[in-house]
Amino acid sequence: MKVEAKLLIYLGVFFGAMGIVYWLWSGENAGGMMLVASALLGFLPGGYYLWWSNRMVQRPSDREDATIADGAGVIETFPGSSIWPFTLGCGAFFVGLSLVFGVWFAVPAFALIVWAMLGAVTESRRGGGHTHNANG
Amino acid sequence: MTEIIERPASAGGDVLVDDHAQLDHGAHDHHGPTGILKWLTSTDHKVIGLSYTVTSVIMLVIGGLLAELIRIQLAVPNSSFVSLAEYNQLFTMHGSLMIYLFAGPFAFGGLANIIVPLQIGAPDMAFPRLNALSYWLYLSGSLLMLLGFVTAGGAADFGWVGYAPLSNAIYSPGAGADLWIAALMLTGFSAIFTGVNLCATVFYLRAPGMTMFRMPIFTWNLLVVGILILLAFPVLTAGLVMLYCDRHFGTHIYTVPGGGVPVLWQHIFWFWGHPEVYILALPFFGMVTEVIAAMSKKPVFGYKGMVFATITIAALSLGVWAHHMFTTGVVLLPFFSIMSLLIAVPTGIKIFNWIGTMWGGKVRLNTAMLFAIGFVITFLIGGLTGIYLASPPLDFFTHDTYFVVAHFHSVVLALVMGGMAGLYYWGPKVTGYMLNEPLGKIQFWLWFIGAQMMVVPQYILGLNGMPRRVATYVHDPQWAALNQWATAGAILMGVSTLVFVVNFVYSWKRVPAGDNPWDAQTLEWFTTSPPPHHNYYSLPPIRSERPTWDYNHPNAKTLAHGHHEAPDPAPAGATP
Repeated sequence: MKVEAKLLIYLGVFFGAMGIVYWLWSGENAGGMMLVASALLGFLPGGYYLWWSNRMVQRPSDREDATIADGAGVIETFPGSSIWPFTLGCGAFFVGLSLVFGVWFAVPAFALIVWAMLGAVTESRRGGGHTHNANG
Repeated sequence: MTEIIERPASAGGDVLVDDHAQLDHGAHDHHGPTGILKWLTSTDHKVIGLSYTVTSVIMLVIGGLLAELIRIQLAVPNSSFVSLAEYNQLFTMHGSLMIYLFAGPFAFGGLANIIVPLQIGAPDMAFPRLNALSYWLYLSGSLLMLLGFVTAGGAADFGWVGYAPLSNAIYSPGAGADLWIAALMLTGFSAIFTGVNLCATVFYLRAPGMTMFRMPIFTWNLLVVGILILLAFPVLTAGLVMLYCDRHFGTHIYTVPGGGVPVLWQHIFWFWGHPEVYILALPFFGMVTEVIAAMSKKPVFGYKGMVFATITIAALSLGVWAHHMFTTGVVLLPFFSIMSLLIAVPTGIKIFNWIGTMWGGKVRLNTAMLFAIGFVITFLIGGLTGIYLASPPLDFFTHDTYFVVAHFHSVVLALVMGGMAGLYYWGPKVTGYMLNEPLGKIQFWLWFIGAQMMVVPQYILGLNGMPRRVATYVHDPQWAALNQWATAGAILMGVSTLVFVVNFVYSWKRVPAGDNPWDAQTLEWFTTSPPPHHNYYSLPPIRSERPTWDYNHPNAKTLAHGHHEAPDPAPAGATP
């Protein structure tokens, strides 16, 4: 976790320094603002990772001497397949059409998006209940 | 359906796994939907990656056809093959399709989706459903953009950069422009979600022992691309929302009469646009690095230098946007010139390291390697002319001429070669079948010669003053001849693409690839071709950035970097 944190923080420091130099030198606000915001985008997740890396046991993927067996156990719960991303994508397509050809396209768009949201949320809940913990 | 995934077992390495049930949970035959429903519902990164690859190659073919029409129009002076209005649509949609819908999605949506989880020993991307959503947003956006051709006013026609005030409601009325904006919003969100997925996957799903400095260069580059996407794409999407508001809601963000600033659009667009150049380029750099190392049977020369070069390119790319705006007269020339010239240093390190990787290796000149070498040569030409353009006096002279067109076509035609190297290299892993070598070599030479035939005359035309984005030119024997050479080159590249399609159909299910046809080094070559659902039945011990090589060549004197355990004892009779 330390390398990940440092990567983001160093990028943030670089963007911050570049942003300050640029803003003071040019006096142009749009670019200066965007560079400073970019620096924050380095500091926020970078700081979060650094905070965690000081409080967690080193993960097997951070240790050079870790064996494959050190990582044994459950990695994560993944969906096997799901129709809801496709439904949401169709909704987004209608949103695009509504921006161009008229607001009435927003009606099917809204219906599809709400349907997909409900479907995705209940799918996760159902799935979590149905599967068993492989260790237990 | 939800599945709980366990780690795959260790392959003949440190610990024997006696609990066979664990293997069943690692990778297994997947009993999900089949047929069309599989493509609609799959959250498997390999299926999504394949959808991305196929869709983006279709966009390459459509964009290529538009380019051929442009080149036919320009082949003779005073041509009227297409009308002036049609010509504007052609070059706008050619650029838009190639940049937004081909190059990026092919690299960070297609091959990255398939290869990154495999290279770090992950069972899938970190957010599989978000990954599927990325693809569907990308497809929705692509369809919206293409829909412009069948509207009454035609497709968008203000150039792929959509400069204000040309892109406002007065100068560009009609549905085509709005479809272009809506399409870019959707593909922008698609890219942002992919960026999130790439970062989370690399940060959280690496196999034990796969430390950050043991990841293959391709994965490193895609991590940096993920960060760059998160920095750059939201800026573009915000800019597009403001452009849409200007067109429809009466705001005056980019219009002078209402107190707005047209050049603000250029600042916002290029603040996305220049990092985008590296979002496009870095994945292809990664592909070429992997191909050159595998085909030279050597570890990557200067691994850490390569990683730091990638990070440096990404860091500098955020500070160079206004080198596209030198001639506006309102930007800080020295700052942007210095930052742009600095990018040549890490890029030079990369080219040096590619040559260093080949140096003294057992180089196999197969199709993938030919494309990789073709990439290095063509990219070098494009990169060197980029250094000229970073100098304001030279840029004032060549801005908006064919010199600029030739510069970035050198770069992007090189990227296509990098992508082809990646397809010939990883195609067998993804499909399980080899692509035909003789056809591949024909494809390479047609493309390589065609690319140089097109860009070199364009450099000369640019220096002679031919402006870009003009539909025709007055009769001048020299300009006509140079344009005809360029058209011939474009046609050669079209034939090359046709050969690729023929090769793909011809090679389908013909020659099985086996797990590791190239004797390659990185982790993805350890699993089967194609990989099973959730990728790995077992994993080798990871002790360097090339675990598969270490496992297959236990007695080889390792040249890989990083820390190693004591080398294996030398075979009997060998002298130390």
